[in-house]
Amino acid sequence: MKVELNVNNARASVEVEPRTTLVDCLRDNLGLTGTHTGCEHGICGACTVLLEGEPVRACLMLAVQADGYAITTIEAVAPAPGELSIVQDAFCETHGLQCGFCTPGMVLTAEALLRRIPDPTRADIVSAISANICRCTGYGQIVEAIALAAKRLAGSNLPRQVVPGEPA
Amino acid sequence: MSAPVHFKFVETPRRVREDRRFVAGRGRFVADVRLPGMVHVALVPSQHPAARIIEIDAAAALAMPGVHAVVAGAELAAAVDPMMNGLDTPNVRRFPLAVGQVRYNGEWIAAVVADSRAQAEDAAELVEASYEALPFVLDAEAALKPDSVPVHPDHGSNVLLDRTFVWGDVAQHFAQSPHQIAFRVTWGRNSTVPVETFGVVVAWDPWNEILDVWASIQMPKYADQIARALRLPANAVRVHYDVDVGGSYGVKRGIKHTVLAGYLARRLNRPVRLIEDRLENMRAGDAHGPDRIFDVTVAFDSDGIINSMKMRALDNVGAYAGRAPFQLGKPVGAIVGPYRIKSVEYRAVSVTSNKAAQEAVRGFGQAPTNYAIETAIDRVAAALGLERIEVRRRNFIRKDEFPYLIPSGTRYDSGDYHTVVDKVLAHVDWPALQQQREQLRAQGLLAGIGISACLEPSGGNSSFEPLLNPKNTTSTWMESCRINVDALGYVTATIHTTSSGQGHETLAATVIGEVLQIDPDRIRIVRPDSLASLPGNSPVGSRMAIMLGGAAFHAADKLKRKLIRIAAHQFGCAEADVDYATGGIKQRGGPGQLSWIDLVTIAHRNFHLLPAEMEPGLETTHVMQVPTGEALPTPDGRVQMYPCHSFEFHVVLVAIDPDLGKPEFRRYVIGHDCGTVINPAIVKGMTLGGIAHGIGAALLEEFVYDDQGQMISQSFMDYVLPSAHEIPEVEIVHHCTPSPFTVLGQKGSGESGYLGAPAAVASAINDALAPLGIVMSKLPIRIPELSDAIAAARASK
Repeated sequence: MKVELNVNNARASVEVEPRTTLVDCLRDNLGLTGTHTGCEHGICGACTVLLEGEPVRACLMLAVQADGYAITTIEAVAPAPGELSIVQDAFCETHGLQCGFCTPGMVLTAEALLRRIPDPTRADIVSAISANICRCTGYGQIVEAIALAAKRLAGSNLPRQVVPGEPA
Repeated sequence: MSAPVHFKFVETPRRVREDRRFVAGRGRFVADVRLPGMVHVALVPSQHPAARIIEIDAAAALAMPGVHAVVAGAELAAAVDPMMNGLDTPNVRRFPLAVGQVRYNGEWIAAVVADSRAQAEDAAELVEASYEALPFVLDAEAALKPDSVPVHPDHGSNVLLDRTFVWGDVAQHFAQSPHQIAFRVTWGRNSTVPVETFGVVVAWDPWNEILDVWASIQMPKYADQIARALRLPANAVRVHYDVDVGGSYGVKRGIKHTVLAGYLARRLNRPVRLIEDRLENMRAGDAHGPDRIFDVTVAFDSDGIINSMKMRALDNVGAYAGRAPFQLGKPVGAIVGPYRIKSVEYRAVSVTSNKAAQEAVRGFGQAPTNYAIETAIDRVAAALGLERIEVRRRNFIRKDEFPYLIPSGTRYDSGDYHTVVDKVLAHVDWPALQQQREQLRAQGLLAGIGISACLEPSGGNSSFEPLLNPKNTTSTWMESCRINVDALGYVTATIHTTSSGQGHETLAATVIGEVLQIDPDRIRIVRPDSLASLPGNSPVGSRMAIMLGGAAFHAADKLKRKLIRIAAHQFGCAEADVDYATGGIKQRGGPGQLSWIDLVTIAHRNFHLLPAEMEPGLETTHVMQVPTGEALPTPDGRVQMYPCHSFEFHVVLVAIDPDLGKPEFRRYVIGHDCGTVINPAIVKGMTLGGIAHGIGAALLEEFVYDDQGQMISQSFMDYVLPSAHEIPEVEIVHHCTPSPFTVLGQKGSGESGYLGAPAAVASAINDALAPLGIVMSKLPIRIPELSDAIAAARASK
């Protein structure tokens, strides 16, 4: 069946089976391979994408359910080719990753957190990423990355993006 | 070691170059490899732990849309050779699909190939197999009994390996010691379980007669093993090393998957993609870890000095051998841990059972062995009423005793264990930590401090192969690097393996930059495919800082020496009379001066200016032998295992609500000494990640089989990986004792944390439980078992 998706601020019309998951659709139909599949049963968080700015598991959602919503994948996070977002750059600064497989989900989770809570506590950060499994890092440098990103965002000139439906 | 005293790039906080592509989602993992005409594989699993296959009916599956083939074991076994056994056990034959008989629940009996993975899965459900159920055995001790049903009838028993080593005068040391303690500890079957499952894409080109392989792989001699099983010339298999691997920590060995996909690609003349789903990965990816029972006896003096140890390690390898039995061999290289135990009797027993096959897991068997050794130290302390750290201090090898020869034949390179312990205790404020434990206890909690000290043997060679298999004469486990400086003066270097998060590109660039005094960020690192590669053995055995770092160092040093020769030749002076520095070479005490690009131009364009018999161009290679690893084992089983030995010392404070039985970390400190640190961020990450992995092994993770032989931890709901909630903030206390055996003084760190964390966590829990008089001696110590044990102990009081 035909689905109209809004992915990374672009309209995409795709033909999928009703059972096709959103992650398979993003990867196979749209070639957005930055979103990864780790467990395909909603635990590991490697397939995290943003739906209207909030992290969701693209393996637990069908492509047809995403019709009409704004979807953001990791490919849309970098402001320009070769240029990192503040959050991405902070992950590089603290080495908040190793193999890189869970990283797109972690970065998107962090981007969403920092839009919701610009000045998160360690507990806020831990809570936000607790739905994303990283097998390499033991999370320490990920927590450091997000804390660093929060600090840098606070000191940056970037206009604050407000999540729709949330108080500014 | 010819280390510069002050490093310019090594040891400095520098970014990890690989990170940029990953944070942007621009890594290239195997699932991202898409080839025209590619078809997909789904596997049909056995429902039985042991059964004879009567018939496999694929008619309904073949009639499904998009299906190209259904292949079962009989067809495959006729076309490929069995996969390599590590031990000399020719009748334990292993093929990618079960042949005639299934040997564990989930074992693949047939492969279904279709245009899409979904179509292949649909069709796989329609493959009808009929079986005659056979008796099975799951428990290692039952499997060891002579009357046990053999998993491989042709082999005659379940025993793959049963060897007793005696190193030193064990009988005398036991006779002379006033005290002995015997105990059993059990290491549950867990694994590294990377977030990315194993996957492979294979394409056969019949016109060039070449098999192209892209895989999520971390396997020594991978291309050779594929070629051998597929009966292809080795130079007809081309493995692409420029595939990012989404975590491995040892397990991504994928030979069976690759042989199967390779056969299918040739038979169908289509590119074939086999990517495990999570269930296939956990049940039949053949990637479980050690499953081990230790029976340990130690003989010691009244002051806590341990004189001798007897250890029997019984390992349940599962249905097939592979490299798993070698995981009983590698710990021989650190069988006494950091302690001066004078003699050891070590019986290594490896049995088959009707569980999934094992694969190499981080530390290659060392973490379970460390858990057993550390338990022994805690038990000795308890028996004598001594402080646990004091017993460790009394038994530690002293700084001035290195290089130190242990009874089993390995010479430890260097260490300063007492200082690391002192630094950790100062950092943690040891009296305050003990006070905190008492405060927690006063609040009604069970609270305990865990201690562990252990070694990380590193620089992996393969000495355990000849140790356990007399037909194997391997005495090198080399690694290589090639550096080319192009005609415009830019430096490009090669590495000849895939990486799974270790930062090898950063490692090689940093070392080459250090030697050549060039900004590492200006050095390009590339990964040729296996046919264009120099010899190597992949990132196993915590070896790459030592071996890839070493190869890169030597290749760069050769390049530097070539430049010096060229310069001295121009200046008409001795090579000793020039100074190499960033940007060029100067004549010492003379007018000669050549810039980097001058030298490059001479090498590339001015043959007439080169010293006699020098080859033009600027290219060097180095194939590096593992330091110290040249000798085969002695007949009594003494061998130099790995060259370097990192040290770690864990101190952990845990609190347990007695009603809940859930251990919570209140403090986690590790002292870590891995010699010279090449990239601090990478080593820190490895250490923290290893601890998290060790906490999982200690508290959460186990592949559990029910008494019917069904694996019941098949999803991440049942096999629980630690999240950010379970892992505490860890404090690292650094120390640096350089290794005398490596180019920069570096040692390995890829297994750090994981090797000592399980022992430390168990130690903390047992310290917490001590007032109740109970001891947990099997890992993982999960909440239900712990809360039940606490409840039973309280009820009986």
